Amino acid sequence: MNGITQSTALWYASRATGVVSLLLLTAVVLLGVLVNRQGRLPGLPRFVVTGLHRNLSLLGVAFVAIHVITAVLDPYVTIGIVSIVIPFASAYKPLWLGLGAISLDVVLALILTSLARARMSRRLWRSLHWLSYVAWVSALVHSLGSSNDLHGGVLLYMAIACTLAVIAAVAWRITHAGREIPREERAAATLARMSPARAPETRGTPRNDARPPASGNRAPENVR
Amino acid sequence: MKRELRVDPTACSGHGLCAELLPELITLDEWGYPIVARGLVPRSLDRHVRRAVTDCPVLALKLLPAS
Amino acid sequence: MTYGTTVPYPAPSPGPQDRARTAPAGTASEAPDLPRLLPVHGAVPVDLRTHLSRYGAPPYFGHPGKLIPVLKVAGLTGRGGAAFPVHRKLQAVGEARTRPVVIGNGAEGEPASDKDKSLLWISPHLVLDGLQLAAEAVGSEAVGLYVHRNARLQERLRAAVAERAAARADLAPVEIIDAPPRFLAGEESALASRISGQPAMPRFKPPRVFERGVVGRPTLVHNVETLAHMALIARYGPAWFRSVGTRDEPGSMLCTVHQADGRRGVVETGLGTPLRDLLQLEGTQAVLSGGYHGAWVPSADAAHMTLSNEDLKAAGGFVGAGVLVALPAGRCGIAETARVARYLALESAGQCGPCFNGLPRIAAALDEVASPRPDPRAVTDMIRWAALVEGRGACHHPDGTTRFVRSALHVFREEIRNHSAGRCVDPAREPFLPLPADTALDAADWS
Repeated sequence: MNGITQSTALWYASRATGVVSLLLLTAVVLLGVLVNRQGRLPGLPRFVVTGLHRNLSLLGVAFVAIHVITAVLDPYVTIGIVSIVIPFASAYKPLWLGLGAISLDVVLALILTSLARARMSRRLWRSLHWLSYVAWVSALVHSLGSSNDLHGGVLLYMAIACTLAVIAAVAWRITHAGREIPREERAAATLARMSPARAPETRGTPRNDARPPASGNRAPENVR
Repeated sequence: MKRELRVDPTACSGHGLCAELLPELITLDEWGYPIVARGLVPRSLDRHVRRAVTDCPVLALKLLPAS
Repeated sequence: MTYGTTVPYPAPSPGPQDRARTAPAGTASEAPDLPRLLPVHGAVPVDLRTHLSRYGAPPYFGHPGKLIPVLKVAGLTGRGGAAFPVHRKLQAVGEARTRPVVIGNGAEGEPASDKDKSLLWISPHLVLDGLQLAAEAVGSEAVGLYVHRNARLQERLRAAVAERAAARADLAPVEIIDAPPRFLAGEESALASRISGQPAMPRFKPPRVFERGVVGRPTLVHNVETLAHMALIARYGPAWFRSVGTRDEPGSMLCTVHQADGRRGVVETGLGTPLRDLLQLEGTQAVLSGGYHGAWVPSADAAHMTLSNEDLKAAGGFVGAGVLVALPAGRCGIAETARVARYLALESAGQCGPCFNGLPRIAAALDEVASPRPDPRAVTDMIRWAALVEGRGACHHPDGTTRFVRSALHVFREEIRNHSAGRCVDPAREPFLPLPADTALDAADWS
């Protein structure tokens, strides 16, 4: 194989694994929201949701590793190895690749902190885990800017679908957070559901009246 | 080391994974919260216990030295 | 061995407070007999000068740990409800490797209890003496008094602390800390959370507060009455303390007594006092002992019982923080229990699934049972839920509530049968058991 064909092979490998990485990261974000909302994948046990969330993120890192290594090895474009983790350090398309480095940095941080979850304060872990949205947005913009692949055809539809899915998941999460009953009001809310005629008197603040009670016998909304 | 399995009820939000992963020791009540069997954890279940503890999304399940 | 300077304290003439045995001959005649914690005449608050002239200066030992064996011999147990041996708590905290925190617990979240407020109002210096002695015993300089939200009381306590600081009566400065008016605010871990700057909500144990409490430091928490007893034991010795009470449950305690005619007051009495000496039992149907986490006992049984865990535990109750309520015969015990159960449900911190799910359901079921011709499933549901919630909270709120409710189902079973037939002994439902007017509604109510 001569140099140009070798370069093409590496370049294709990088682009292909890049697409898969974006898909995997999107799936991980969606699964993360599903875990948070205590949702299930239809017909599957609950531990599959958390298990997939974790395993797909590890698989995603594997694909990202191939994605960045093939890009670095490709002699056609100048991408230094440090620019994998140091944002905006590459000679080729520093801005777009920089966003990719940011995404990778965050993902690595999330995975490392999640592996060490038992040893750190839960509040710290949670605050860091919010950065997952930064990682996803960064990865998406990186994908759109680094090559023309996602600008048309099937890959464009794929990119749009991923974006819509994440937006829908975030919207779902936000609406439920808005309807979540704070700890201090949970017993009163349960009592009101049990005996509506004898509901506890509220002080008439809008916040109390506006919130509908949680439904049925399902475990009530999350503790935060 | 003798250990017992306990759930921190202030952290638990009723995800219910633990009951799926460790049905021998954990069942869910009618509201979705875990009822953990009391007493020492049998050695034969060690692997499953460790997995249930690690997989809890809010780390509410704890393996503690027996009191 | 002398325990500080003692001054002859006028022996009281036997009065309503004094139903227990008086000191047997041969014991220290200088030491006060009943009442010990509260002054004999009236409820005039004792200022520092009077306090010092009556009891002398606080008898500091000059070295950590010396108070502990004295308390062990005295057999003092906590007067906050749990009756845990005081010397063991001090020992555990004293052995900690980081510097401990000492907190006097005057939160008194129990609506039917007045003793802590009364003690703090009338004899704050006994409590403050005890606080300093406890701090000395465990080697602490971080001392606080956690007091329920009452501006006048807190102001008085601040003034008392300032008085003592000026007179150099204290070893360590005392901070007065405000407790939210919640039933659970006085729970040890809720106290530790509040003082650490978070809402006053109980925490999961381990670790217990004596290991990691306020801002992660080993914390000694004692009810204010316990501290007052400490202050006197340090002066007059364990034998004096044991001169009232029983061998297994020595000493005196403050009780909040609610009579059937509505009279309510705080009395000090020795443990082992017959209940019929504390409560007018004629015309009553049942006695509630131990407060709203305690248990009902039929008056016929109460007439033969003494104020002791030995007697009360056999009937499913306990001494607790000394709340005793006599329920008049013409009241509906189930309706009263339902009102209180509702309050207890609303006082859930909302942290633990079994609690905030179970307690409101139990309260609603009790409401149902308190109504005419109730759904027969209400009782079976209640019993199932009670079994579901016990032991599954971070604190003992579910356990105490189910104890209270179960005792009602047993003691008032006749009334439940009445209700099934459409009758009630008191259809008017005049409330009897005291409850606060406000309920907790949002986060601010817990801080």
